[in-house]
Amino acid sequence: MRYLPKSPADRAALLKAIGARSIDDLFAPIPAEYRLKRDLKVPRQMAESEIVDWFRERSRENGDGYATFLGAGVYYHYRPVIIDSLISRGEFLTAYTPYQAEISQGTLQAIFEFQTMICELTGMDVANASMYDGSTGAAEAVMMAVRMTGRRSVAAARSLHPEYREVLGTYAWHQGMPLSLIPFTSNARLDLKALEKAITPDTACVLIQSPNFFGSIEDVAAVAEIAHKHGALLVVSIAEAVSLGIVEPPRQADIIAMEAQSFGVPMGFGGPFCGVIATREQFVRQMPGRLAGQTTDRSGKRGFVLTLATREQHIRREKATSNICTNQALVALMATIFMTVYGKVGLRELAKQNLAKAAYATEQFSKHARVLFPGAPRFHEFVVETSEDPYAINSRLLGHKIVGGFPLKKFYPELGNAALWCCTELTTRTAIDTAAGLVAESERSVRSANEAVAQEEVTR
Amino acid sequence: MKHVTRKATRHVNQNEGLIFEKSSPGKAAWKLPPLDVPDVDTAKLLGASERKDSANLPEISEIEIIRHFTRLSTWNYAIDLGMYPLGSCTMKYNPRVNEVVSRLDGLANGHPYQPERISQGALRIIKTLSECLTEITGMDAITLQPAAGAHGELTGLLMVRSYHQSKGNPRKKVLIPDSAHGTNPATAAMVGYSVENLKSNEQGMVDTAALASQMNEDVAALMLTNPNTLGVFEQEIHKIADIMHAKGGLLYMDGANMNALVGKVRPGDFGVDVMHLNLHKTFSTPHGGGGPGCGPVAVKQILEPFLPKPVVVTKADGTLAFEYVRPQSVGRVRAFYGNFGMFIRALAYTLANGPDGLRETTEDAVLNANYIRKGLEGVFDLPYSTPTMHEVVFSDRQQAKKGVKTMDIAKRLIDYGFHPYTTAFPLIVPGAMMIEPTESESVEEMDLFIEAMKSIAAEVEEDPQLVLDAPHSTRVSRLDETAAARKPVLRWKG
Repeated sequence: MRYLPKSPADRAALLKAIGARSIDDLFAPIPAEYRLKRDLKVPRQMAESEIVDWFRERSRENGDGYATFLGAGVYYHYRPVIIDSLISRGEFLTAYTPYQAEISQGTLQAIFEFQTMICELTGMDVANASMYDGSTGAAEAVMMAVRMTGRRSVAAARSLHPEYREVLGTYAWHQGMPLSLIPFTSNARLDLKALEKAITPDTACVLIQSPNFFGSIEDVAAVAEIAHKHGALLVVSIAEAVSLGIVEPPRQADIIAMEAQSFGVPMGFGGPFCGVIATREQFVRQMPGRLAGQTTDRSGKRGFVLTLATREQHIRREKATSNICTNQALVALMATIFMTVYGKVGLRELAKQNLAKAAYATEQFSKHARVLFPGAPRFHEFVVETSEDPYAINSRLLGHKIVGGFPLKKFYPELGNAALWCCTELTTRTAIDTAAGLVAESERSVRSANEAVAQEEVTR
Repeated sequence: MKHVTRKATRHVNQNEGLIFEKSSPGKAAWKLPPLDVPDVDTAKLLGASERKDSANLPEISEIEIIRHFTRLSTWNYAIDLGMYPLGSCTMKYNPRVNEVVSRLDGLANGHPYQPERISQGALRIIKTLSECLTEITGMDAITLQPAAGAHGELTGLLMVRSYHQSKGNPRKKVLIPDSAHGTNPATAAMVGYSVENLKSNEQGMVDTAALASQMNEDVAALMLTNPNTLGVFEQEIHKIADIMHAKGGLLYMDGANMNALVGKVRPGDFGVDVMHLNLHKTFSTPHGGGGPGCGPVAVKQILEPFLPKPVVVTKADGTLAFEYVRPQSVGRVRAFYGNFGMFIRALAYTLANGPDGLRETTEDAVLNANYIRKGLEGVFDLPYSTPTMHEVVFSDRQQAKKGVKTMDIAKRLIDYGFHPYTTAFPLIVPGAMMIEPTESESVEEMDLFIEAMKSIAAEVEEDPQLVLDAPHSTRVSRLDETAAARKPVLRWKG
């Protein structure tokens, strides 16, 4: 096996040194009846060239070369090439969690820089070293709010990513955390009156997403006011990190649970991504996950360590703030490099391009179909209602090597033929015009079919 | 330095400040293409939601970014540099072909919501890996959704709970041996179970008499690591499984140490009902400085209805699809389908090995651990003489007499060019030194390690202060962790 650095003679020598007759001697502690006496039924050993070919084939079967209008929590942004150059360095790629600080300063300083950048972006005081993703980050943020308030129930927006909601439901289930869902209004923002009614003295937190699942930016200040008036905390989930370049961060939040996938992380069919939790300084000891902190060595030189570990499972066991151990360190490094490449000015310009593309697309689509939820600002996603089933339209778009918007009825049956479309800086005007043209065609054919039916009825 | 280290030589590395300290207005590493749609008035579009300030991110050129992160990288130790004998962490070679295939365009740029018609490649990868892993574990079904080992534990225990609930009583407790990883009790607490500690016997194994007396109808499951954290195979595993099953309890296996078993024995065959794997340990996906991982959970048939949704199914026409209608499912534990990029890497590793390679890998891992044990026995105290599988646990008992602890020896190893072993774990061994070489070490590298450890043991006798002050060769000396925790500085503030 080509990864194993031993010759047959080496193995024989080792066995001799140990005093074993055969390799089987070493497996003697395993009761004989359980020892496997056959080969595993897995594919035969392949050459590297065969492995590459096998995956190339899978890649070709997987929508290679399509333009996409899908967003819905996973966004197609350009990834500067230096991200992969840098994270491919073995010293980052093949290092463990930086528990041994003296030989992990590279990872530790990079995490410290990540934490700082997330604070700068979100307006929060502290950020952790990462969580698995936006969905589990949001669930953990809610559990953090439960610990902090001593209250148990949660009011979550229906406009939170439906899969985030499902994950929260799974986490909340056995923790005895009652979950109430708050509806959205005609502009897709949270229904504040419904929130007022739903919130109780047992509400630990209100959880919203902004921009929300429909792309609308929430009135965070208004939601915060209601939550805080009732002694509840506000947790804001951010699924589209690039929005922070131009959208006011939810500074009124007590906890922000973010997904940083947009920052240089491939869509990768849904993962690995990079969740992160940010909060106010006074809440830091209730935070889940690893934290890098600054300190000094024996000669007073600046250095970094993992700190406040008394919150964590390896010290506190069943009393830990979370069971999280492995996080998404290398993905957080991708995000850190991305934020460094774009920087203060670039991120704003990048966000602005996203805004402009979506504004143009919204205008094109609204000429032919209904764009839902007017009246609230949005970032780069918008909801288009067509007369025809969006799956049918999308199916025709595929012929143009375009993946259309995400049909919403799967999660919101009441929205019927509405679909969620997304534009980023990578969406071309040509693709927008083609998609809008196909939607126009669909509307025309439905209209003429309707007219034919009407004509028939008149004739009859 | 009194004793010569053959493995490492000191060499110059670069100083480097924080990225923020290198920033100055007007420098940039980005360039956007010209906008092909009309520009917009952001104030008009966003109103009060427009961001007024700009996030204070660094402004810096591309070459400076390359140098910054390259310099930082040189301050890390890595598997690529040498033996990384962290017990329980399985720091094995991370094959480069895994990285290449996971970056192929159709896979790296696949959107999780793209139509199934154009997702057959990804679905095939999920299905093929699932089949390989169920075969390797001897289980019946699997979910790849959990993002890490601890997340897999959570998923597994949620399924345990749902299973008991479906029988009318979720039960109250989970039994956990005192040698277990901290994630086990933390997970049990998250699923609403209380934790009951199970004492190990003098061989470092589960005390089956104690287990029998503690097992009753309130116990939902036993969370067992096998081989356990002493690197010892639970020889009475059949008895353990029987005791659990007789009272309707389930046997959960923490698969952190699966590198000792692949191709040699299957947990499904020795009575395990549910287990998680760590693809970032056994299946060679890179640790990346702490993640991403991936923690698939394999189960027996009785638990299959409770798997997280969706699951991948084959349709009548032979194409693959996600199945969402799973009424007894524990629900989602993560958005989308899991850390898909890790599935690709783990599958590439499995294909590179095949059945013979997987078996040989396990054999070499166990061979290496036994060789290290043989080389260091008598030099360091071996608290449990039970046969070693893939890792061996020594203690600092001898050296502690001179005031030198496991952490000091670990720090001194750094000067010899090695990453330390795992210190102070498992908790049942005071001053534990937990060594897992993995299959990736050559005889030469292991001999250097043994020589280094022996040399440090000699230093402890001759000049303990030298060890207490280690490391001597790193760019920073021992860092003040107490100060870091007392007055936390968690971000740069200009």
